[in-house]
This record gives sequence, structure tokens and C-alpha cells, in this order.
Amino acid sequence: MLDMLLSIPGIMLIVGALLVPVLPHAPRQAYMLALIAVSGYLTFGIETGVHSTANLGGLELILVRAEAMTKPFALVFHLAAALNVFYAMHDPNKTTAAAGLAYAGAAIAALFAGDFLTLFLYWELTAVTSVFLVLAGHSSRTLGAAMRYLLMQVGSGVLLLAGAVMLWRDGTGLTIQAIDALTPAGLCLLIAFGIKAAFPLVNGWLQDAYPEASVTGTVMLSAFTTKLAIYMLALCFAGFTPLIYIGAVMAVLPVFFAAIENDLRRMLAYSLNNQLGFMVIGIGIGTQLAINGTVAHAFASTIYQGLLFMALGAVLHRTGTAKASELGALWKSMPLTAIFCTVGALSIISFPLFSGFVTKSFTLGAVAKEGYFFVWLAMVFATVGAVQHIFVKAVYLPFFGPAAKPVKAQEAPLGMLIAMGLAATLCLGIGVYPEPLYALLPYGARYEVWKTGYVLGELQLLFFAGLGFVVLSMRGLYSVAVDTSVLNTDWLFRRALPRVTMAIAGPVLRLWLVVLGGLKRGVLQALRLSEQASRESGLVSGISSIGSAAGIFLAMFALMLTLRHVM
Amino acid sequence: MMQHLPILQVLLPLLAAPFAAMLRGRDVAWGIAFITTGTAFLISIALFLEQRALGTTMVYELGNWAAPIGIVYVIDAASALVLPVISGVGFIATLAARQLVAAEIDPRDHSLFYAAWLLTIAGMLGQVTTGDAFNIFVFLEISSLSAYALVAMGSGRDRRALPAAFNYLILGTVGATFYVIGLGLLYMLTGTLNLADLAERLPQVEETRAVFTAMAFIALGLFLKMALFPLHFWLVPAYAHAPSAVTALMASTATKVSVYVLIRLIFGVFGVEFPGLADAVGLAILTLGIAGAFVGTLAAIVETDLKKLFAQSSIAQLGYMAIGIGAMSATGLAAAFLHLFNHALMKGALFLAIGMIAAQAGRATMGTIQGAGKQIPITMTAILFGGLALIGVPLTAGFISKVYLVRALLEQNFWLLAGLTFISSALALAYVWKIIEAAWLQPRPAGAPELSETASQYVPAWIMVFATLGFGIYATPLVEAAFAAAHVFIPSTMGAN
Repeated sequence: MLDMLLSIPGIMLIVGALLVPVLPHAPRQAYMLALIAVSGYLTFGIETGVHSTANLGGLELILVRAEAMTKPFALVFHLAAALNVFYAMHDPNKTTAAAGLAYAGAAIAALFAGDFLTLFLYWELTAVTSVFLVLAGHSSRTLGAAMRYLLMQVGSGVLLLAGAVMLWRDGTGLTIQAIDALTPAGLCLLIAFGIKAAFPLVNGWLQDAYPEASVTGTVMLSAFTTKLAIYMLALCFAGFTPLIYIGAVMAVLPVFFAAIENDLRRMLAYSLNNQLGFMVIGIGIGTQLAINGTVAHAFASTIYQGLLFMALGAVLHRTGTAKASELGALWKSMPLTAIFCTVGALSIISFPLFSGFVTKSFTLGAVAKEGYFFVWLAMVFATVGAVQHIFVKAVYLPFFGPAAKPVKAQEAPLGMLIAMGLAATLCLGIGVYPEPLYALLPYGARYEVWKTGYVLGELQLLFFAGLGFVVLSMRGLYSVAVDTSVLNTDWLFRRALPRVTMAIAGPVLRLWLVVLGGLKRGVLQALRLSEQASRESGLVSGISSIGSAAGIFLAMFALMLTLRHVM
Repeated sequence: MMQHLPILQVLLPLLAAPFAAMLRGRDVAWGIAFITTGTAFLISIALFLEQRALGTTMVYELGNWAAPIGIVYVIDAASALVLPVISGVGFIATLAARQLVAAEIDPRDHSLFYAAWLLTIAGMLGQVTTGDAFNIFVFLEISSLSAYALVAMGSGRDRRALPAAFNYLILGTVGATFYVIGLGLLYMLTGTLNLADLAERLPQVEETRAVFTAMAFIALGLFLKMALFPLHFWLVPAYAHAPSAVTALMASTATKVSVYVLIRLIFGVFGVEFPGLADAVGLAILTLGIAGAFVGTLAAIVETDLKKLFAQSSIAQLGYMAIGIGAMSATGLAAAFLHLFNHALMKGALFLAIGMIAAQAGRATMGTIQGAGKQIPITMTAILFGGLALIGVPLTAGFISKVYLVRALLEQNFWLLAGLTFISSALALAYVWKIIEAAWLQPRPAGAPELSETASQYVPAWIMVFATLGFGIYATPLVEAAFAAAHVFIPSTMGAN
């Protein structure tokens, strides 16, 4: 029984996490790393196919099943789990360590779930374990954000279960496979996955909760939940065309929000959402090339997004703030962190020789090949937007920009540096030598990434995006040159750039707010009507006069009799 | 002895009531009520087990007069399932009533209170066991008249209990009158009042206008009694202003018994294939049920008085039961029985817990429970679990009944209704969340009344909570019993697939 349990990937981490709180600090770190290493080694050996089933009261459950795309996800989840252990080495908080390990284990186990009921179990487990990471935050908003987070996550699980029950009812069976999204069961599952993948309109929990977690908690959170949802979407809904447009909205909208966000970790949460959009587009296209692109992108983005969260988390750890407006000139005191952050930034904007470049090319290529011009344009725009919010906000302002007030800091703790160093090495490694990653991809297709046209195009894109900002800042500098330089640049990044961004972003944001506002107004109106109707003397509940009550009663009676004779 | 259990089930509380009234001294009265309801609960469990073991219908002939001349008491799978609900909730509510009644009702009225309390339980048990349509009316009036009196007893601390009880009296009487008029028409047509006999003779007159009119009278009267939207106006004020113990008892049982009687008459007497039943009554029940589910839930979302909030939620839950009935299939009926059973447990837990708060603070509003999660964690957790069960969260009993309800709808290809049921259940999250947020995420305001809890206060509610969780985790026997009850009315070969 026990060895059967332990043969399920991830269970080892979940069970092993129980020991974490009782171990002293140093052995704990070694123990967790060893556990992840063993689990990673065992998991990596699992071949494609069904490996373990169980029978639960007539329900055939598939406990372990590997698909072609399971291996890359399992690998990157193990990598992320290990990096998280390094990153949290300075942190004496045992709850976060145990919850983080169990969370990673649940996410890994979910990858290997072969039926929706088993998946549901792990799906909820990721929710329940990860909420502890949010709860470890310290701000006054933490508790509320954690509860809202849990609500959305558990809600997603309930939808998943509802979908599963309907599938079982239909006789389709519980096996995780390609599913028609336009059936009630399919819609339930799509929304369940969509919530965790932060689709537009249901993305609020991500930006709400992730920045509220502790420094280490946010890094752990950024890796698993959303990628697991992407994985499930790719398994069940590959080729479902509406996903292309959902993905495009997902890729573009967060750019505007990121542009005006001051809390850098929240800004990164928007950027994460934008990256997920690229993956959803790939799933929507659903060709082999596109799915390869999604998997590769998920792999690389887990690492570089994690790296960015780590770098800005380190800044928060050392300075006590992650507000763009309060940081500056940190490269002097935190040079290594600055370098690692720059590597992460170069990766996310897909600069050649960095990991984003070799992975995003798949999706871009697939979109171009299938002829979705506007979607392609949206992706290009989202990339340009990323240059703005990542480079200016995550790299320039905290590390190289002028400090509004002197910020005292020292270099990040050793564990953090190791984690960031490893992640940065991976980003560069994948970027320079992508073949091992390509070999892992589900459809093994060789993709020639170094086509001159693509390299040139991407370089041009980045160059002109950069040039645009430089020109703007020159002009911005020029117009207020009489003021002190600190104030100038201060003004530049807090006023001029947002102003320019807002000129483009304003109408889009406004339109979005109109849509959201319309929804909100509709719901509020319905609530207000029902409130009026159910007040002390309202229409439905508060009828105090017996006369009118009896009147309604008689009217119903008359209606029933007449209907009978009419029909 | 064993063969007399069906009559003892009803007779015991009925006869104990005058004793409770005559013996002055509140502990004596409570003791009588406690022992009587406890025994009644044991009897109904025994009847349930015996019926499940035998698998047949047990018929008890009063005074050895055979039907259709005499009155018979019938214990079949359906009544055997509903009896433990009423007597069980009655027993646990009595357990809690000692504290609640002491806090809320003038000590001089206690013996009368418990007399009415026992009468209303006897009336409900009688409605379920009897196999005679007129006998149902008699028991309906016994339970209703004593219920009016019980609601009015809330006037000691809340004067609004009087108009609420008066409205309840008038409307309840209108409902009962409609029922008895319909019955009169049936008697005129067939010359019999025995339910089984009626079912046999009705097909001879099924195409007449009179029989449909009779059906309309009976259905509408019972709709009112079961508080089906839009005939629910009596329910919210009655529940809100009644003494807390009465609210807990009635919310879990009174409307359920009417649901049971409706099923018994519509399916057991007219039969599912009766002309005009599926299209007229079925359609009416389905539409009103789903409308009630939405109206009740939305009203609960905006309500701030907790008793009213959960009374509104009861209207929504009765809507779900109505949807199960309206599906006109074995699965639908089973879902209705399941929800009837489960809802009694969750509402019992909720109203007992809220009653304990109301008994201390005078009223239970969102303000009263603000920040109370730390002061009375055990009571508030009971409310939380009850709320989760209302939404239908997995591992609670509410989930089981919702699953079967949706299943029944999907069997008939009512996709839209299934979706609406799902949405309205999800909306229930809003009012449960409101309570969670007030109780745990907000600080206790300065000057708020001190709340406390002792074991005797929260144990009754927690018994219900454990039952809710228990039947949510291990539902098989209950589901089997519910399907057996449904097959009494719709044989498994028909309508079930």
C-alpha cells in the first residue's frame, strides 16, 4: 500500500512535508533538497503511458499516467521546487517550508493524474496548501486576500468536480482527454481551468493574492498553480479556437495594468498573466508546433518569471519595500541581484540568447503560420509592453534609477543568490543551447529558431521599442531640464512615461473598465432590485397585508384553472 | 408491542401534551417533552429499520377496522424515511429548547409551550403516518394550530411575533381550507377518503373537470403550506419573530411535512401519468421552484437579520425540493427526499446555533456576529458548516442532494434548469461568505454584547452538524432509502432510467 502510494509522483513530497516542521533548520534544507532530488529522479524515469490504477466503488481511477507533455512540466516543477528551497534558505518559517513542499508535491501529482476525480483531489490540495503561503504575508490585506484566493481556488475545484460528475453521467468516463468545450461538462472544466490560469475576468485573485504573500511565498506561488492549469488546458482543450482570442486579451490587457502599477511584485503578477496569455494562444491554435511552443514557454517562463519574483523579492527582503517609487540605485549595494534580475528581464522580453527568445518563437511562428494576423500583432504589442514594464520598472527603477531617498541595503542572503544564480544560468543555458529542452517537447519537432528573419525581426522590435523609450525620456528630460536632476528623472518615470503610456493605454483601460463596470452595475442592480423586493414591505417577502397575500394565492389558483382549459 | 409502533409514534406525543400542560413547573414539562420526543425518535428509528429490513409496506388498522372503512396508518419506505427526520429534529430541538425557552419565554408559560410543542410534533408525525386523506387534514390542523400558538409566544420579547403569527394563522387556514375543499371534491367523485382506495378509483373519473379542480385546490393549498414561492410570505416573519427553539423546529420540519404530503397526494393518489399532472402541476412546480431558488437566495444575500436570512434561504431550498418533485421522475423524487432529509439537518444546525446567539444578544444580526468568530468559535463554526452544506460543498450532505437533483434534471434533458440550479447554489456562497467575513475577518466592535458558549449550548447544533457531515461523507444508505421512498410512488420500471 505504502510503496504504491509512494510510486505516485509528488506524493513523496506531500508525505515528506509532514516531517518538515519537526526538523531543525539546517537538516531541514538538506532533507527537502534530497527529497526533491529523489522525487525528480524517480519521476523523470516514468515513461509515457498508464502506470497505476485503482478501483473505487466501481470507478476506475488512473493514479499515474504520463502524457507526452507531462515530462517537461514535471521537470520544471521539480526545478522550481528545488530553487524555492534554496531561495528560502534564510527563512526560519517552517509552515511556509512545509506548505511549499506539499504544494509542489500536489502540483506534480496532479500532472500525473489520469482521471478528473484524482485530479480534483490534487487540485484542491494545491489550493489548500498554497493558501498558507499567502497567509504568511504580513500586510493588513493579507487575511482578506488569502480568503478571496482560497474562495476562487476552491470554487475552481468545485467546478472541476461538477464537470467530472457530468462527464461520468454522460458515460464519457472520467479519463482526462480531449474534451468538447461546448458541452455543459466541457464548459465547467474550461472555467475551472480558466480560473486557475487567470483568464480575463477571473484573473483578480492572482494580482490580489500573490503580492500579499511573504517574500518566499510569492516565489513559490508563481511557479505551480497557473502552469498546472495551462497543462490541463493543453491536455483537454488543445485546438479550441476561442482560446486564441481569450489568450490574446490575456496577453495584452495586463500590459496596461502593469504599466501603471507601482507595487513591483503586483506588476510582476500582471506580467505573469501576460505570459500565460501567450501559452493560452498556443493551446487555442493547437497544432503540434503551437503545443510545443506552449510547453516550452511554460517551461522557460516558470524559471524566468520565478527569477524576476526572486530578484524583486530579495529587494523587498533587504529594503522592506517593493514600491517602484521608493527604490533606486540598488546596483551599488546589490550588484549580483541586479545582474540576475537583468538576465530574467532579458529572458522575458525574449532577447536573443536568452530563454524567452527560443521558446516564444514557437508560438509566434505558429500564429503566423495559421494566419492570425491580429493575434500576432497583439503578441508583438504585448512583447513591446513587456519591454516597458519589465525593463523600466523591474530593472531600471529599482537598480539603476535615481533613488528618491537614500535606500540602505545589502546584497541578498546567500541562499537567495544561489537560487537566482541557478535560475539565471538556466535562462542563459536554454537560450544558448535549447536542444535538450526541444528534445523534451511532446512533438519532438525540430524547430530552427535561429532563422535570420526571426532574429532580425526580434532584435528590431526590441531595438525600436528601446529607442522609443529613450527618445521619450530624452524629450522628457529636455522639457524639465531646469529642475534638479533627481526631480527630473523622478518626474520622467512617474509622470512622463505613464502619461505616454496612458495615452495609448487610457482608451483600452477605459473600455475594459466600462465592460467590468457594466458587469458590476448589472450585478448590483439585480441585488438592489432583490433588496427592494425583499425589504420589510417589499414585493416578494414582506407582504404584510393578508389581503394581497390571499390575492396572489387566488390569482395563482385562477391561472392554474385557466391554463388547464387553454392547454 | 412492535406491531403497535405506528400508532404509538403519533399517540405518544399527542397524549403527553396534556400532561405537559397540566403539570406546572417548567423542568417537569421539559422533562416530559424530552422523554416523549426521545421515545418517539427511538420508535421512528425502529420503524425505519424494520421497514428497510422487510422492504414491504406495513399497514396498521386502527381498531382493527380494515380500509377503506377504517383508518389505516401506513409505514412504507417514504414515511419511514420522513418520520426519523421529524422526531429526530424534534428531539434535538427539545434538547436545545431548555436553554432557549428559559431565555426567551415567560416561566409561567413554559408548560403550555411544551404542550403546544408536543402537539405540533404529534401533528406532523400523524400527517406522515396516516393513510387517510381526511386524517391528514386533521393532523395538519393539529400541527398548524399549535404552531400558530408557538410563534405567537415570541411576543414576550418581540411584539412583531403577534402580527406574524396572525398572518401565519390566516394564510395557513386558507391553505388548509383549500386542501379540504379539494378533498371534498374527491370524496364527492369517488366516495372514499382512503389514499390507496382513492388512487384506485380516480382513473374512472380522471377526465372530468371536477377532478382537475380538486387537484388544483389540493396542490395550491399544499404549495402554500410548504411555502413555495410566491406563496411564502408567511414564512419569513413567522420564522424571524418566533422563539428561537420554535424557529429551529419548524424550519427543519413543518414545511418538509407539507412537501411529503404533496408528494404523497400528487404521486401516490393521482399518479405520475394522471392527465394534466405533468404539464400543469409539474410545470408550475418547476417554474415556481427555480424562481423560488433565485428569489430566496438573492433575498438572503441582502438580508442582515440572521433568522430572516436563513428563512429566505429556506425558501430557496424548498425551491430545490420542488424542482425535484417537478422533474416527475424517480431520481427527481429521490433528490427531493434527500434534500428534505439533508436540509432538515443543516437548517436545524443553523437555527439552533443562531438561536443560542439570539437568546443571549436579543437579536442575531450581522452586527451581532461581527468579530464573533473569536468569542464563540464553536458556535460560529457550526454556522459555517451549516452554510457550506447549504451551498452544496462536497463532503457535506448538501452536496449529495444537489448532485442527485442535477442528475434528475439531466436525465430529463433539462439543461437550462440544471444550469440555473447550479448558478443559484453558487449564489448561496455570497450570503455564507458575508457571515464568514463578518465573523472572522472583522474586528469585534466596541460595546458589542459579550457572547459566550457552553457545551450545553452548542452540542445540539453540533449533533446536527456531525449528521450533516456524516451523511455527506457516507451517503450510500441514505441514498438507497431515498430511492426506495421514490419507488413507492414511481416504480423503478417507469420514469427511472
